[in-house]
Amino acid sequence: MNFILRLLRKPNGLIGALMLGAVLLMAVLGAVWTPYDPLKSDLLHRFAAPGTAHPFGTDMFGRDVLSRLMRGAWVSVSIGFATLVIPVLLGTILGAAAGYFRGWFDRLLIMVLDALMAFPGLLIALGLMAVIGANRYGVILALSFAYLPAVTRVVRGSVLSISQSEFVEASAVMGNSRLYTLIVHILPNCLAPLIVLSTMMFGWVLLAESALSFLGLGVPPPEPSWGNILSEAKAHLMRYPLLGLLPGICISVALLGVNLLGDALRDELDPKSASGPSKETI
Amino acid sequence: MERAEMHDTPKTDTRAGGDPILRIEELEISFGPTSVVRGVDLALRRGEILALVGESGSGKSMIGRAILGLLPEPGRVSRGRIRFDGHEITAPSSPEELRLLRGRSIGLIFQEPLSSLNPTMKIGPQMFEAMRLHTDLTEAQIRARALDMLRQVRLDRPEALLDRYPHEFSGGMRQRIMIASVMMLKPALLIADEPTTALDAVVQREVLDIMEEVARANGTSVILISHDLAVVARYAERVAVMEKGDLVETGTTRAVLADPQHAYTRRLLAAAELGAPDPVAGRAGAPLLRVENLSVDFREKKVLGLFGETVHHAVRDVSLTIAPGEFVGLVGESGSGKSTIGRAICKLTPKAAGRVVFDGQPLDQIGAGEERHLRQRIRVVFQDPVSSLNPRMRIGRIVREGLRHDRSLSDTERQQAAERMLEAVGLSRDMAARFPHALSGGQRQRVAIARALIARPDLIIADEPVSALDVTIQAQILALLKRLQADYGFACLFISHDLHIVEQLCARLYVLHKGRLMEEAATPALFASPRHPYTRRLLSASPRLERGEKGVHLAEHILPGIAGDDLAYYDAMRPEEPYRLIDLGAGHRVAIRGEQAGPPVR
Repeated sequence: MNFILRLLRKPNGLIGALMLGAVLLMAVLGAVWTPYDPLKSDLLHRFAAPGTAHPFGTDMFGRDVLSRLMRGAWVSVSIGFATLVIPVLLGTILGAAAGYFRGWFDRLLIMVLDALMAFPGLLIALGLMAVIGANRYGVILALSFAYLPAVTRVVRGSVLSISQSEFVEASAVMGNSRLYTLIVHILPNCLAPLIVLSTMMFGWVLLAESALSFLGLGVPPPEPSWGNILSEAKAHLMRYPLLGLLPGICISVALLGVNLLGDALRDELDPKSASGPSKETI
Repeated sequence: MERAEMHDTPKTDTRAGGDPILRIEELEISFGPTSVVRGVDLALRRGEILALVGESGSGKSMIGRAILGLLPEPGRVSRGRIRFDGHEITAPSSPEELRLLRGRSIGLIFQEPLSSLNPTMKIGPQMFEAMRLHTDLTEAQIRARALDMLRQVRLDRPEALLDRYPHEFSGGMRQRIMIASVMMLKPALLIADEPTTALDAVVQREVLDIMEEVARANGTSVILISHDLAVVARYAERVAVMEKGDLVETGTTRAVLADPQHAYTRRLLAAAELGAPDPVAGRAGAPLLRVENLSVDFREKKVLGLFGETVHHAVRDVSLTIAPGEFVGLVGESGSGKSTIGRAICKLTPKAAGRVVFDGQPLDQIGAGEERHLRQRIRVVFQDPVSSLNPRMRIGRIVREGLRHDRSLSDTERQQAAERMLEAVGLSRDMAARFPHALSGGQRQRVAIARALIARPDLIIADEPVSALDVTIQAQILALLKRLQADYGFACLFISHDLHIVEQLCARLYVLHKGRLMEEAATPALFASPRHPYTRRLLSASPRLERGEKGVHLAEHILPGIAGDDLAYYDAMRPEEPYRLIDLGAGHRVAIRGEQAGPPVR
């Protein structure tokens, strides 16, 4: 509780939390209620200007833009969260095993990860999408795989450095098994960098999902996501810039919020970061 | 605030006398609303050496920084003034005035010689830099001055040295280079902030001797900031003692040592002199621990990892024994392998050769289950109280974990045992709910001791358990160990670089140098008649305070005739060179060169 208060007292923490909060609220609301059916087209009212009936107007099929943005928020955010699960779980297991037990497994894993990291994550995801097919689960799986190396490396690094601590050696002297030492003494101390990374990753995933959808490889229409709303608006950008601007603003707000909150989190959680953390959290 | 006790007397005046070069009046330094230094008055005469002594957090370093006008943000001088040689440092006419004073008139030597020299610059250019800035000398003159200075700090072949990089030198040499480059400008005042704390005893002595010599030769006044009264007492004419931001006592070194006025000074002295040795002797019978011909190698992959590896012999052929309930000291400088031996005994580092026999059972040669069971009876107390406790665990759980493998206990019983143990080490029960960061260094070390002792082990391996602590806390922890030993009867391998601490506690000592055993003897015998030249050098480099008839004074082991050749031989000894220990009787053993027939006689 104290920790959250301290976080919100930082300007970037507060602004980031507010922005991200607004996005999450929009997403949750979009899942259960939207002003109109986001999929229902109304060809008589195409490209309606913003007004009382349609606060943000309608698109080229006469669908309500606000409703589509709200549902799109839900789709994008849920993909974002779902994409965190596999990298964080699998990355933690792989990274911890490599960092703690070292040996041939560590060397092999690092070699593979280095090779993977030589390609941009989006490129890997694109390649995988081509195999899996363009749908929501394909996006989740492909992005999960693309971000797995980052998590694995971060966890491995912190496990490596924490393994050098004297309290880890003390645990060995007490006769505790290596697995117990890893789970009870080492992993809880890796949580801070992992939380920071996950926050940042959520932002990357939102962006990557939008990019994939924009390229036509993401969530297939008519199901809205911020990316494919933007993509569909592309053809009409000259005459109806608002159609592209609105999803763009949504993506920017979400990303900025995530980055600000991530920065604040890192300052609070990571004693080694440049800007001084408060002593209490170390 | 208490007034500083003053007892300067005319007869103890320094050789220089005259006007003070530095005068500090009612100095108060604040960080925001909290003041870290309060109402300090100090004067320093020309050519005088003043020791500014205090524990961590006493504000001693802040005074040094304030004199340079280099307080770290958001620190500032909130009251009082500092006058240096006609300049108002606290109210300079321009920032330029301060900048010119620094370097030219006031030199500073830091604790860490590694980070105060620029690693990417050769020694020469680094030394010339300040001279170019502050003087009008020609390149040739600057170079000549640098060479002269390097000779003054007793560095050989200074010409070659100018073209080398800082990483090519040992810590002691770097600190000497630091002294040379600071003293090149012949500053009127030198501020040395813990200049030798990172160095070993022998090197520390050498560096301070040189610093004193150079300062005296150039008529430079020195403020020697240190936590160790025994170390600085040798050099300083006057001592100023700081406690928690207050200057509690100033006076001539002799007067302060002999007749301290303030309670804190007395406590500091009591902690430094440590009282009379009261070693913990063992019980008769079979040894509890026998280390036989232990060797430990560290392997390092060569560049590119293609052409094999270099092997560093950290410990060579070391044997030692510990009787049940006995405190045995293992002393040596950093890099001597003393910690490695402790780690090898508890299997934290693999052995290259040798056996560890515990309670008659050779560990590693018995079944894994049985070995695990035996190892439950060996516990460790580490040096660093910060890294030895898991920051995410509450104290109660940390201590309780020591009993995890005792299946006969319920969780409640473990909990109660942990609380009792916390009380036994002098902490209150309600500490159990706290996290390590809420505790001081001394309290944390008590927790580490509680965690080690809760399973009632037979052997504790204490790896420099007090060297990260302030002297007064050190004394408390040592007393605690002694009391707990009387209650629980455990034996202890006490690893330390500080001879006087092990003298306090240990019945027998092993002296280690470069991974080899140099000498083994009962503690009084080792101090009374050290036989090995290395032991002699170690002893003579460790000043200590002793209580005599006229109060506390500085006592030094003055040992004539250290065999220079022999010492050089042991310093340069290569790993494969033969050495053996011969028995001098009464458990006194000493290393001799492979080809020697007898012990070094003197």
